[in-house]
Amino acid sequence: MRIALLSPAIAIALVSCSGKKGEGTIVLTGSSTVAPLVADAAVRFEKQFPGRKVEVQTGGSSRGIADALNGRTTFGMISRELKPDEAALTAHRIALDGVGVIVHRDNAVTNFTREDLINIYTGKISNWKMLRGKDAPITVANKAEGRATLEVFLEYTGLDSADIVASVVVGENQQAIKTVVADPNAIAYVSIGAAASEAAAGTAVKLANCDGIAPTAENVAAGKFPIMRPLQLVTQGEIPAPAREFLEFLTAPANRDLIEAHLYVPITE
Amino acid sequence: MSRSRSDILLRSGLGTLAGLSGSVVLLILFFLVAGAMPALRDGVLPRLFLDEFWQPGSQRDPQYALLPMLAGSILVTVLAILIAAPLGIAGAIFHRFYLPPRFAAWNEHALELLAGVPSVVFGFWGLTVLVPLINRLHPPGQSLLAAGIVLGLMILPTVALTSQAALRAVPGSQLFAAAGLGLGRVATVFHIALPAARPGIVAGVILAVARAVGETMAVVMVCGNIAKYPQSVFDSVRPVTATIALEMGYATSSHKALLFTAALFLVLLSGALVGWLAFRKGKNEAAVN
Repeated sequence: MRIALLSPAIAIALVSCSGKKGEGTIVLTGSSTVAPLVADAAVRFEKQFPGRKVEVQTGGSSRGIADALNGRTTFGMISRELKPDEAALTAHRIALDGVGVIVHRDNAVTNFTREDLINIYTGKISNWKMLRGKDAPITVANKAEGRATLEVFLEYTGLDSADIVASVVVGENQQAIKTVVADPNAIAYVSIGAAASEAAAGTAVKLANCDGIAPTAENVAAGKFPIMRPLQLVTQGEIPAPAREFLEFLTAPANRDLIEAHLYVPITE
Repeated sequence: MSRSRSDILLRSGLGTLAGLSGSVVLLILFFLVAGAMPALRDGVLPRLFLDEFWQPGSQRDPQYALLPMLAGSILVTVLAILIAAPLGIAGAIFHRFYLPPRFAAWNEHALELLAGVPSVVFGFWGLTVLVPLINRLHPPGQSLLAAGIVLGLMILPTVALTSQAALRAVPGSQLFAAAGLGLGRVATVFHIALPAARPGIVAGVILAVARAVGETMAVVMVCGNIAKYPQSVFDSVRPVTATIALEMGYATSSHKALLFTAALFLVLLSGALVGWLAFRKGKNEAAVN
């Protein structure tokens, strides 16, 4: 009988495990673009401040917003600007990231204007030959609903997600890159950091120029590259002391190398 | 005295554990219904069947059409079964009646290993090997065909292993009787063994269907995820599971509630499959007795 009585207690304990954390634990949830950077920073932070614990969970910018509003997390991670209806939150910029257009390495087209991108993603330009490329239909890869990269892309092009005529829809940056590798006639847009490191590693993708501007860290930092987004941590109300320490740690000049290692652009003011 | 006490302990312990595992499905159903409730309350539920497109993120005209995705789930599953059932059943017949026993064990181990390959590995293989091949035939490559093949390979072990077991369970006396009547191997296989093993084989196929309907990770990587009715096997499709996987992390308010509703439909669909299976089994046993 004792087991019978204990079992519900175990079940309740299991459920409540997902709730409250220890006082010193800093929890960050949200954008899968921000998470790898924060996770690396967390390793260094825990080493420098023994006894502190940092937990990082992904799930997209929308989850970061929702968790910050519900108080389920210390920081929400987002890879876009706050929207007007999210004014209850305070955003802290930690880095910048450009969203770059990628094509297959063998594709002759190396520059896209905003007009080109609008026409490609609405189906008005459907063959590479219309952009002085080879005679082949364009495979248009779009991001799934809710992805911050999609929101940044829509804002830049001024399109509504209902306007887009895509051949395939992808989720993560990696899936977009693999789609372009698998299809020499595909076009996609991903975080410049992710694409640049893949291209440097010999993957058959190429970052194209946008409006004649090369997708480099310098151009993003200078605000010249047209499609970009801020990587931010969002909070509601007072930030507890250990969390403030972590925020300062992330933006400290001494830890700029972490941001650069992820091919994002540090904030310099 | 002590023996009966330990018996009571064991009995209540086992009972609690069995009850816990049984109640998990109820908890999940409750959770899904609770998640789907806002859709019912706001009256957006009919939109799943009345809308034309799936564009929940549109600022101008959000639409939530579930039917193309249900069609996607069904088409992908049908294609997978069309691939897995002939391969699995033919393989099982060969395994039972033609393959020498020392190779038969290897055949079984290979299938068990195939069953153990994680779905994300299947998806990765599909995206990096199969999709480029299909792309050369007909772009974009991420398509109904790619999803059907990947899924077919994933459920092949289920069909093959249950068919093997079903054929093994055919009483030897029936096979001996067939031999005694002078029936050849072909006649024995098709007129004695297969009809006797049919309920087991059908059960295996239905299990495989249930798995195919619910599979997510591999499919989302190779199906292309366009929520429209495909015009050919080379077109992209988006099964319900792919939508949930792609969007659940980001969805809010009625979009989220509708994803829960879609998940509920999926659970009910596989529930209906399992129920049908149990019903058939009951009927067969009644017929035997």
